[in-house]
Amino acid sequence: MLDIFTYSFMIKAFIAGIVIGTIAPLIGTFLVARRFSLIADTLGHISLAGIALGLLLHINPILTALVASIATAILVDKIRQNKHISGESALAMLLSGGLALAIVLIGLAQGFNVDLLSYLFGSITTVTSFDLYLIVPLGLLIIAVVYIFYKQFLYIAFDEEGARVSGINVKILNILLMVLTATAVSLSIRIIGSLLIGALLVIPVTTASQISKSFRQSLLLSVIISLVSVIAGLFASFYLNLPAGGAIVLISLIIFAFTYISKLK
Amino acid sequence: MHPHLDKKSEPLVCLHNIQFGYGDLPVLEDIDLHIEKGEYLGLLGPNGSGKSTLLKIILGLIVPQRGSVELFGVPLEKFKDWHKIGYIPQRASQLENTFPITVGEIINLTSKDTHQTLHTLEKVGMAKYAHHLIGELSGGQQQRVFIAKALAGNPELLLLDEPTIGIDAVSQAEFYALLENLHQSGLTIVIVSHDTEDIVREVSRIVCVNKKLVCHVTPGEFVSGNYRDILYGDDRKAIIHHHPHA
Repeated sequence: MLDIFTYSFMIKAFIAGIVIGTIAPLIGTFLVARRFSLIADTLGHISLAGIALGLLLHINPILTALVASIATAILVDKIRQNKHISGESALAMLLSGGLALAIVLIGLAQGFNVDLLSYLFGSITTVTSFDLYLIVPLGLLIIAVVYIFYKQFLYIAFDEEGARVSGINVKILNILLMVLTATAVSLSIRIIGSLLIGALLVIPVTTASQISKSFRQSLLLSVIISLVSVIAGLFASFYLNLPAGGAIVLISLIIFAFTYISKLK
Repeated sequence: MHPHLDKKSEPLVCLHNIQFGYGDLPVLEDIDLHIEKGEYLGLLGPNGSGKSTLLKIILGLIVPQRGSVELFGVPLEKFKDWHKIGYIPQRASQLENTFPITVGEIINLTSKDTHQTLHTLEKVGMAKYAHHLIGELSGGQQQRVFIAKALAGNPELLLLDEPTIGIDAVSQAEFYALLENLHQSGLTIVIVSHDTEDIVREVSRIVCVNKKLVCHVTPGEFVSGNYRDILYGDDRKAIIHHHPHA
């Protein structure tokens, strides 16, 4: 057996990584199709504020990140319906606001520390058993919800007006997709980091869409690309002592570059 | 009169006293309109006349500030049989090719099963393209796919918003021939357009909108009544509404 698997923290990192590597592109596919991928970065920054709050109050930071990002996701959906502010502007404001709030809370917690840096850029050593109790069941729940509402999510992504006319409750499903996104982002922070999570929701999806011959194929391929990136990134992180999030995102970008160049030829 | 037009039946669409605007800017005022089963109706008006807004009010996508909408005899708020309505939105055929979805996957959004998907694609002559990405098709082919998507739910009423924008003349002719076949098979069709030339040749009745209902006439009456100049010219004036239910 590879010595990497003799460490329990690495086994936890791989379990969390496989779940995150599956759910991130699963949600990302629908966000990219709707040109709404900036939401992932916004919720990543909001999650950071949630994490800072958790560290300040000595509550599990993933829990506080989850609550903060779900509340923000619902707020984003409300703002999106308000025609006076564009969805893009709302996301940009919330992104900056989330980071500003995080910095203020970090200041109150008297400065940066190693633990916080791991939430910014991801770490393989910080996944706890409690995190797995959150990540695995919630990850499986996200997969189940996407499976059940696949047709409706696809219809809304492709033609929101048409979906509404066909009788689909677009309002509720939009909120559901936002909540799923918030959950996926919060769960991914341990491994990827709040500043890089958007990349895992977008890069594998964009890569897959370059070579896919159908939406279903694009969805499955994006999950495969994401899992390859996460697993290779975790190996690189362990053996080369690199931050996990950075390694994973760079590997996914290399896969994208190869795909893009091979398509040009 | 078209053979499928049944005067005794309930109109498929009833609009009563519809008013809609953005702030102080009125878009539609005092619109009363009935659409009967079997009609092939052209909804005409210049750009910004409110015709697409009217279509969205019929579909419940926009809520009017005043007035009521009934679909198949049921108030819009209580209407549940959305499968009876097929809708093709504006610019559906100008889809960006970055969305990796196949023709078959699009039809599956509204059809019950694979058999129905293929059957519907055959109806519009697109069965051999079932596994093609929509972005690889021409504008005319894409529009056929969107008609198939709308038909896959077996609708009784088909609403199309500016369906021929960006489509070449040959494809437009094929498209109208397809619509005529569907109309002959009993489908009620409402087509929104700002292009009077083609519509006048194709439809059985014409409704002209420019904030208010300007006319509700046959194509012959539209031409002889000089409504085109009235609708698009500077000398627009009040016209008596010839609506049979008014």
